Amino acid sequence: MATPNTPLWEVFIRSRNGLAHKHCGSLHAPDATLALQAARDVYTRRGEGLSIWVVPSSAITASDPADKGMLFEPAESKIYRHPTFYEVPDEVGHM
Amino acid sequence: MYTQALNAPEEGALIEDASRAAHFQARIDAEERIEPNDWMPSAYRKTLVRQISQHAHSEIVGQLPEGNWITRAPSLRRKAALLAKVQDECGHGLYLYAAAETLGASREELVDAMLAGKAKYSSIFNYPTLTWADIGVIGWLVDGAAIMNQIPLCRCSYGPYARAMIRVCKEESFHQRQGYEIMLTLSRGTAEQKEMAQDALNRWWWPVLMMFGPPDGASQHSDTSTKWKIKRFSNDELRQKFIDATVPQAQYLGLTVPDPAMKQDADGHWIHGPIDWNEFKQVLSGNGPCNRDRLAARRKAHADGAWVREAAAAFAAKRKSRRLAQAAE
Repeated sequence: MATPNTPLWEVFIRSRNGLAHKHCGSLHAPDATLALQAARDVYTRRGEGLSIWVVPSSAITASDPADKGMLFEPAESKIYRHPTFYEVPDEVGHM
Repeated sequence: MYTQALNAPEEGALIEDASRAAHFQARIDAEERIEPNDWMPSAYRKTLVRQISQHAHSEIVGQLPEGNWITRAPSLRRKAALLAKVQDECGHGLYLYAAAETLGASREELVDAMLAGKAKYSSIFNYPTLTWADIGVIGWLVDGAAIMNQIPLCRCSYGPYARAMIRVCKEESFHQRQGYEIMLTLSRGTAEQKEMAQDALNRWWWPVLMMFGPPDGASQHSDTSTKWKIKRFSNDELRQKFIDATVPQAQYLGLTVPDPAMKQDADGHWIHGPIDWNEFKQVLSGNGPCNRDRLAARRKAHADGAWVREAAAAFAAKRKSRRLAQAAE
């Protein structure tokens, strides 16, 4: 008999150094409580984090790779958004 | 941790769309990573699903030979370390299944294929662990060979596989050191302990060399895998690297590599004698010393755990229906 499917969860961990929760992988679990426990066993065996989020994979809406150009190219030409676009004389010092 | 060149060549793969395929290859050539939702040739997807799932199965089955010694570890320190190592292997299997699933395969279908005996896993786990020294040799050599194989996979063209490998490699180095420490202790122990270490090395040496897969001349699938940057070194190249790294380690232990034909060439490489590829074929096709045991143990574990999966699913369904009912009130 084929094994019935168990829902998929995405796991996010906040590491010790105060950074934001970061995606670290996925796992299968029947509900949120078990997903948290499994995430703790699978992804934090070496003190990787201080906080875990689990999110049902089905709840994530992702951008389409085909839209990559439309979404991200407009920013590429806007070099004036970067500090290096502006010239500040050396005498002024660090800014 | 134990990938192995097992894949048969994928013949007659259709190029779905010449221009898309060319664009795909250009991305690979530019060292870009391919991500799950990107277009990819179906043969690339199929090759990866097979390779990653075989790799995952190997991690899971790989728990069995070592699990055999958890209750008989010679000290609490060694028992705790072995438990942690076996737990890591399980984790590695899970990272890898998750990577395979990003390609559209379901976890359950992959696991079922393994339990049905339709999917392969590394032939090395079909050998028995007869003494405690085998646990040392597995860590030192089997994990050592696996690391050789896996480090280049950290740069594999498929993003999720490469990321899983980075995690696995980080965790793996403790395994090899743990094994070498066991070997060091035994080889500095009584004559009987040293003999036990030598005996384990004698039994595992050749099967470990086989982990790198058939010699380059005989492994046809390598071409496409190399072109797709799934594979970055040939089987023989990796085998040679492994031998060159390992022989001095054996010498330090005062143990003898069981290869009377082994000699060092002018460049310092250790050249091995002939490998019995017939044994490799036999083990791969199900006739190794423990093939039936391993599969039976996995099937039993899966069947024994069925009630847990069912109960957890029933509980989740009950809570969900209650929540929905409350929301409707």
